[in-house]
Amino acid sequence: MQVTLKIFRYHPERDKKFHYESYSLEADETDRILDLLEKVKGQQDGTLSFRRSCAHGVCGSDAMRINGRNMLACKTLVRDVGDKITVEPLLGLKVIKDLIVDMEPFFDNYKKVLPYFVNNSPLPADGKERYQSIEARARFDETTKCILCAACTTSCPSYWANGEYFGPAAIVTAHRFIFDSRDEAAAERMHIMGETDGTARCHTVFNCTMACPREIQITKAIGEVKMAMVTGKLD
Amino acid sequence: MLNGNGINGQRYVYLDVRPETVNKFAALDGRTNPDGTPYTTTGEEILAKLPDIIDFCRTYLGVDPVTQPMPIQPTAHYAMGGIPTNIKGEVVVDEKNTVMPGFYAAGECACVSVHGANRLGCNSLLDIVVFGKHAGLNAAAYANSVDFRPLPADPTSAVVERLNSFRASNGKEKVFDVANDMKSVMFKHVGVFRTEAGMNEALNTLGELKERFQHISVKDTGRIFNTELLNAWELGNLLDLAEVTATSALARKESRGGHARDDFPKRNDPEWMKHTLAWLENGKIKLGYKPVAVTKYQPKERVY
Repeated sequence: MQVTLKIFRYHPERDKKFHYESYSLEADETDRILDLLEKVKGQQDGTLSFRRSCAHGVCGSDAMRINGRNMLACKTLVRDVGDKITVEPLLGLKVIKDLIVDMEPFFDNYKKVLPYFVNNSPLPADGKERYQSIEARARFDETTKCILCAACTTSCPSYWANGEYFGPAAIVTAHRFIFDSRDEAAAERMHIMGETDGTARCHTVFNCTMACPREIQITKAIGEVKMAMVTGKLD
Repeated sequence: MLNGNGINGQRYVYLDVRPETVNKFAALDGRTNPDGTPYTTTGEEILAKLPDIIDFCRTYLGVDPVTQPMPIQPTAHYAMGGIPTNIKGEVVVDEKNTVMPGFYAAGECACVSVHGANRLGCNSLLDIVVFGKHAGLNAAAYANSVDFRPLPADPTSAVVERLNSFRASNGKEKVFDVANDMKSVMFKHVGVFRTEAGMNEALNTLGELKERFQHISVKDTGRIFNTELLNAWELGNLLDLAEVTATSALARKESRGGHARDDFPKRNDPEWMKHTLAWLENGKIKLGYKPVAVTKYQPKERVY
């Protein structure tokens, strides 16, 4: 089938202002949008720029707006979106070039929630593992799936309005450690979440949940963090 | 499978992990749980154990492995071999494992040779967790123990020159096409099925591709996030690596681990239980070998 790809273009060294360019190409309905972008770049216009790496929804590099919704280009097929496809960069982060946005503010927010395992207690007597029950591991399984693609944070109206808001992805990461029975920094993370730009800026719009390519129930996870902050209970 | 000998003349076969199939064979084999009760599984358990694989099938093929067999075919999954290192993550440069001071490698780029001639699922965790940690710790300790070395007068000139030549290039060939042709020939002749004739053909084709690579064009002359330039740079490196891989595979006249030759199907320990080393010098590949360190486990043929 013939598809039309309308792509947001902006080259900082060449353009004063962004514009859209349309490309027509042959595609199968099982082609990924990433395949189409690669074809345009490889055969029609080498200057088209976008991030990509693993190409199967694991690395989180190619989140972008496809027909107005945040998706991974590698997990969206032509048959999911039809033959008229508009591709634009994520909203709320500065465009560096074409579909590439500046991810620094996103990762700055991520770093604020102590996105690593904290346990300063001595090792167990046998010096080996800190055991965790299957149930305790399951408590935060959902939020371990995050690939930091930023589809959620850049779909959030609260984040668009205020880039200081940590955003859903950072709170998902906080959730992953707050509810990990082996981690000891839950109180500190919840204190951070209590800051002006923490969970209070979530207004349960659910855009993040809709946008997540890993199908994480993000709004629910944010709700659980809020609840733990109020009750002090982590189960 | 290569020549359409799979299911219905296609290039794939089926892998059936439906619970009813798994349960049928588990019962035939008399498989039991640790407590002695008969082993059975459910769709939920299979979904929990293989979430990503099932998601790939559902997303890309519209096939649900819980209720339908999965079509499968071989693919390049991991690069075995790489920059040779010792167990500290230090890069070694010759048959005698001479360390190059200050150069460390870990992960898929490295070859600490912990997997032998094969790399099974999840084994990359060892590369990441064990050897990644040690390479990092040792690199940090080294950096703390030495002062900066004097640099040559113009250390970047070679790289800058190469990048500038890409930027100025204006040939007829496309990086995309050369890269796709390289992938095809490597998959066909230096992948799962390897023969002398096939690998010679691959080497000839790679020679042609290297020539074509001299005539590429890079249209993006920018200095900000220039992915077209990056792709060209990478293709040049990949062509070198492809040639090294094909040359060393052609020289190894036996089958071992992931290296399976139709013309030498047997493993040959007396002659070939050794690591291949390769040097690229002035465009020519030189091969060398170093012995395998056998410690606790005696190597033996893997049989199914």
